[in-house]
Amino acid sequence: MGKDTIVRVMVAKPGLDGHDRGAKVIARALRDAGMEVIYTGLRQTPEQIVTAALQEDVDALLLSILSGAHNHLFPRITQLLREKGGENILVMGGGVIPQDDIPGLKQAGIREVFGPGTSTEVIVNFVKENVT
Amino acid sequence: MTIIEGVLRGNVRDIARLITIVENELPEATAAMQSIFSHTGTAYTIGFTGPPGAGKSTLVDKITLQLCRQGKKIGIVAIDPSSPFSGGALLGDRIRMRDIITEQEVFIRSVSTRGSMGGLSRAAGDIAKILDAAGKDVVIIETVGVGQDEVDIFKTADTSVLVLMPGAGDDIQSIKAGIMEIADIFVVNKADREGADGLITSIRQMLDLNTAPGPWRPPIIKTSATQNEGIEELLKAVQEHREFLTISGSLAARRKERLRTEIIRLVERRVSRLVQSQIKQNGRFEKLVEKVAAREEDPYSCVERIVKPLEQK
Ligand SMILES: Nc1nc2c(ncn2[C@@H]2O[C@H](COP(=O)(O)OP(=O)(O)OP(=O)(O)O)[C@@H](O)[C@H]2O)c(=O)[nH]1
Ligand SMILES: [Mg+2]
Repeated sequence: MGKDTIVRVMVAKPGLDGHDRGAKVIARALRDAGMEVIYTGLRQTPEQIVTAALQEDVDALLLSILSGAHNHLFPRITQLLREKGGENILVMGGGVIPQDDIPGLKQAGIREVFGPGTSTEVIVNFVKENVT
Repeated sequence: MTIIEGVLRGNVRDIARLITIVENELPEATAAMQSIFSHTGTAYTIGFTGPPGAGKSTLVDKITLQLCRQGKKIGIVAIDPSSPFSGGALLGDRIRMRDIITEQEVFIRSVSTRGSMGGLSRAAGDIAKILDAAGKDVVIIETVGVGQDEVDIFKTADTSVLVLMPGAGDDIQSIKAGIMEIADIFVVNKADREGADGLITSIRQMLDLNTAPGPWRPPIIKTSATQNEGIEELLKAVQEHREFLTISGSLAARRKERLRTEIIRLVERRVSRLVQSQIKQNGRFEKLVEKVAAREEDPYSCVERIVKPLEQK
């Protein structure tokens, strides 16, 4: 990336749960690390998330979910991204996700999964190291 | 297909990438803007400005939805402030633009000021041009909600809408006179709250005080964006202002003035870069600074020494 290039990350909340405190904390940490963070609010459909991510030309997409629908929603999002030319976006997941589900999600194109209590520093560093 | 061709066809991925190129001032940015310029000038630009939380994003959402129903293609540039400490930014205008997020013909781009003052980002004008070239009929720009001095929008938009709300902005004195004078349309949003009529009265009084009123008297539109009220009236006011500008010939004049300002700005940037690279190139500069610091020379003669040779070139 060029020296003036600022990393752009979208933090999105797919699914029906109504809590975004965690997502906001991470969004702030990414901003404080010098990134531009697009936050779209609660209860977004995969279509809405992918449309926004493409228009915003983000380098990374962090999906935060507590509702348990990740096995359905995450792969749907990565599939839509591939169909629409967003396959280069670094997609990560966070929230309440059982250990057993992680391999399947990674197979579906989720590059990393952050469990509850992951420090924001870990997430910030992962984004820094993996956006191209 | 090149990225330019893609943009001209309205391809989302290409529009998004070109905006990134321009925002980051990548080497190919100038050539790209050169090739799209002849395809610009058809979109109508509307600016929304006003204090933080007045309801700008919510209004843009509702207005865009109406325009979509009329078959219009809309581009939106939503600007939020960047953090002076980290250079990062939280861009949250999309939270209030949910009705239009999956409309086929709507393209929303969130940008940060990247340190620019005046409520816009340096690239905002170019982004508006890209959306224009991509075939959007209307381009809407939402400035940051700094409230006091976001005057740059008036140089970038055809119609400027100043959004106020009762309560916080009750005291009309708190809004700088300059902004009040330049707004083409006033919106008193959150009319569902107490104090809207009082605010309208004080705006009207202020407009009456103007001793040299122009041919366009800015209307005051009462809206309640969350209730979807007053949206039709606001759109009608924009349409009337557009007709006024067109018939009076001011639209062409405004746009020409805008281009004049833009060319001057571009020249300044270019010259300033040239000067900086010259200064840094020859190590003499640091020595001059040393001398000034030691009070052996004053800053003004130092400037003379630097600029004189450049002027002679
Ligand atoms: N009661 C009431 N609330 C409103 C109305 N319009 C917007 N709001 C609320 O006001 C808050 C701010 O609205 P936004 O649309 O984000 O305001 P904004 O001017 O874009 O804010 P910034 O971009 O942060 O400067 C949100 O909680 C909206 O739901 C309205 O007509 N009535
Ligand atoms: Mg806003």
